[in-house]
Amino acid sequence: MGRRTALYPQHLDAGARMVDFGGWDMPLHYGSQIDEHHQVRRDAGMFDVSHMAVLDLEGAQTRPFLRHLLANDVNRLKQPGKALYACMLNEKGGVIDDLIVYFLTEHHFRIVVNAATRDTDRAWIEAQGEAFGVRIQERGDVAMIAIQGPGARAKTHALLPAAVADPARELAPFHGVEADGWFVARTGYTGEDGFEVILPTEQASDFWGRLRSSGVAPCGLGARDTLRLEAGLNLYGADMDAATTPLESGLGWTVAWDPPERAFIGRAALTAQQSAPHPRLVGLVLQDKGVLRNHQRVLVEGGGAGEVTSGGYSPTLSRAIAYARVPAGAGGSCRVEIRGKLVPARIVKPPFVRNGKPCVATEFG
Amino acid sequence: MSELPSDLKYAKTHEWVRVQDDGTVTVGISDHAQDQMGDMVYVEVPDTGRAVQAGEACAVVESVKSASDVYAPVSGEVVESNAALSDHPEQVNQAPYEAGWLLRIRPSDPAELKHLMDVDGYRDFLATEEH
Repeated sequence: MGRRTALYPQHLDAGARMVDFGGWDMPLHYGSQIDEHHQVRRDAGMFDVSHMAVLDLEGAQTRPFLRHLLANDVNRLKQPGKALYACMLNEKGGVIDDLIVYFLTEHHFRIVVNAATRDTDRAWIEAQGEAFGVRIQERGDVAMIAIQGPGARAKTHALLPAAVADPARELAPFHGVEADGWFVARTGYTGEDGFEVILPTEQASDFWGRLRSSGVAPCGLGARDTLRLEAGLNLYGADMDAATTPLESGLGWTVAWDPPERAFIGRAALTAQQSAPHPRLVGLVLQDKGVLRNHQRVLVEGGGAGEVTSGGYSPTLSRAIAYARVPAGAGGSCRVEIRGKLVPARIVKPPFVRNGKPCVATEFG
Repeated sequence: MSELPSDLKYAKTHEWVRVQDDGTVTVGISDHAQDQMGDMVYVEVPDTGRAVQAGEACAVVESVKSASDVYAPVSGEVVESNAALSDHPEQVNQAPYEAGWLLRIRPSDPAELKHLMDVDGYRDFLATEEH
């Protein structure tokens, strides 16, 4: 038996197929992963993401510490409540984790990290934070629910406590607000509008139940994966890890090179890599029927081979799509080895789907 | 509990077999197997005329979650494949014993059918697999 979130009984009640995910018993789906995917694209679905770790960092030196710790620059966070997506790198530029950091007050930042990496993340952050005198508290007293889809904010808004409901209505994308122990942010992992809500654990099942009564469908990790794949969002451990850099993982945009004097961990390694040809992450759309899967070999035009890092079926496009790490300069067409056969695919720039609409061509001449 | 028709035979690899009046056998995957795999998104069936050996991978069913080989329960010649699954793989989920059938084989050695389980044997097998 793995670790269980406060919503475990609600998942069983909704008929979830439970699976092990990074040591946690989590819902894979509640009947049909594809129906849940469409529900999020068309209306509103919710995910229990309480297995992710919420870390509160406090102390006078928290901002300088985070400027050292992260490849993105928290000096971009000027207004309280603003969020930033960032990679935490090792000295070789490899990705220890990708995370969202929220600026709450000048001496209090909150970061949300992946479930499977929470222990290594925390050890790394504590080790690096010592010199800055930063206090790190893992919030074991909260649950986290993501409500996503075009109808998500309207359906959620009516169920929020009054203290956060009004400011939540006005939230711009990638901003959050905290009141009465509830934290509501307009963020997500599906390519749709919505909220991620961090709330006291003891209130999670009631909130979940009221969302469900309002027509927000419970959705599992399966739909979360196909939604994020379509949305062009990376998965830690598949598309990037401690042995690959943001530049090789389609995340060059998250590296803040300016100001040049900011000495974040991994900067020297990234600078060296930037000036040399290096593999990069691209999108693939399979041209024939079939499904792209992780680790399939990708043969690119002009020679050279890469690998599918995240492959799957896109319910919105009714096609197989993937991310693949390919040699520098690869573009146009490629072939993917599927069970010994070479199947043609097209290299595209993610995202595949944004706000419910396809962003890539699926018919090829 | 998944649906288990009593007039079929079953393999440990979760194929079902229906013996037709003309001696051919229709093959699909069990309700239990489709339920475990989840939403089907692609099915690859063999060409008609292909000779298959019992235990040989002869078709592939792919769900959003995973790809699985389907093994020939008996040796023989493939006399028909369910072409409709190319556009409607979800039929394997919706009607695994009817519209979701995969292929039909003319057995070269009907005695091989004796190696398959009846419904009670398969039910017991599923119970042991769950533990």
